[in-house]
Amino acid sequence: MSATGSGYDLSVTTFSPDGRVFQVEYAAKAIEKSGTAIGIRCADGIVLGVEKAITSRMILNESTRRIYTVGIHNGIAISGFAADARQIVNRGREEATSYKSYYAGPIPGNVLANRLAGFIHLHTLYWYYRPFGCAVLIGSYNPQGEPELYQIDPSGVCHGYYAAVIGKNKEAAKSELEKIDFSTYTCKEAVKEIARIIYKLHDESKDKDFTIEMTWACNDSKKKHVRVPADLLQEAVDKAKEMKAKEEQDSDDDDDDDDDAPPAKPSK
Amino acid sequence: RRKPAMDLLLAASEQAKVNPRTQTTSPIVTGASVLAITYKDGVMMMADTLASYGSMARYKSVQRVEKVNDGTVLGASGEFSDFQYIKDLLEDLTDEEFDMDDGCQMLPQQIHSYLSRVMYNRRSKVNPLYNQLVVAGYDSKKSESYLGAVDMYGSTFKDDIVATGYGMYLALPLLRKGHDKKMDESAARKLLEKCMTVLFYRDCRTINKYNIAKVTASGVEISKPYSLPTQWGYKRFVNPHLTE
Repeated sequence: MSATGSGYDLSVTTFSPDGRVFQVEYAAKAIEKSGTAIGIRCADGIVLGVEKAITSRMILNESTRRIYTVGIHNGIAISGFAADARQIVNRGREEATSYKSYYAGPIPGNVLANRLAGFIHLHTLYWYYRPFGCAVLIGSYNPQGEPELYQIDPSGVCHGYYAAVIGKNKEAAKSELEKIDFSTYTCKEAVKEIARIIYKLHDESKDKDFTIEMTWACNDSKKKHVRVPADLLQEAVDKAKEMKAKEEQDSDDDDDDDDDAPPAKPSK
Repeated sequence: RRKPAMDLLLAASEQAKVNPRTQTTSPIVTGASVLAITYKDGVMMMADTLASYGSMARYKSVQRVEKVNDGTVLGASGEFSDFQYIKDLLEDLTDEEFDMDDGCQMLPQQIHSYLSRVMYNRRSKVNPLYNQLVVAGYDSKKSESYLGAVDMYGSTFKDDIVATGYGMYLALPLLRKGHDKKMDESAARKLLEKCMTVLFYRDCRTINKYNIAKVTASGVEISKPYSLPTQWGYKRFVNPHLTE
């Protein structure tokens, strides 16, 4: 269990003696159980993918969105409280519209990320607000710039990344992503890799059944943030399932080999 | 005893006449006619590329026929800056629609309705957007053409033939005579070109450079600017003093 705040954790306007704001840390806990969201910044664009748990047989899966488009060229993938994240997305759309009315162009990724980071941070400053219980990944491909990827957590901290993960299994996913050479990686490769990682880390016994929602903003999509074409996504999902089945097969074979080998004798 | 709404209107119209002018009721940079017709595959719209500054032919390469979305084009005559403002309003709507990503796209009749509300509201504040707008589009689901107009007072109508400005006087009769809903693309084009040529001859605020747009089931296509052949060699035009 996490350390109790012992009275310093009742309000977001209180520091603990060791300089922590517990309410913000607790907000981050809300994300740890939520579906994984992965973003990769490639040489030719950005890809965002989310593992969407199917909570009920009766839900229309296409109606739940975890990735939203903001200002045409930016995508926001969320993990944590969906309702809280919706407010961040709406604010993002307002920022994009306002930027366009002043500067006659689509809002660049770093500007959008910094504005939303300020908005999220705002909600950690006042007693009458609570922090957002969600983290967001912002993938952006401004036509006048380069692909960008940012992550913002409930404290309002914003960093740019080559690859970022939020939600459950994020440590395991990060170690998978560290192997990539981002300078030459393409979006098509990223689509396959994200599907592979999500399937690999999904535990059938513990986690619910799921679907993958994947979007990109790349040269093929004219730098606009849209859903990955259905055929490409299906291909990636099929490949991911195949690879997962093969890995499980291999590890079963290894277990069988261990059974056959004679027990090692201790040396005298 | 006057009604309160009447008081507001009178007050607004008094405000429109004082300095500084915060309510403008006369245009400065203007575009001339826009013509549009329906035909077999969809709708076609044509306009010249001139924005006049009074009697001066000031901006000779402007586009007065613009795409709104894959099913609609908008043409405007009158104050060019107001057209640019209206384009920005519509772009905000289409951007929002793109972000929403729910499979819906605004239909031409919805755009027509939206614009008519905007125009009527502005007129009611005695600060009109000084345009006559033509909304032309094609509804792919119903396989139907749509053609309508809105003016600066907020009056709207739908028809198979629409013309603005001098086109209403000079082109409309010619369009009515030559139009057929089932005419093919080249016949529709020829008809519009004939009318634009007549307008070039007779309307002093036009130039011989046009955009033509068509909206069909396969989307919107707006041509690059091009000119039409004209005939200036008539004997008595060259020399009005001929007696033979």
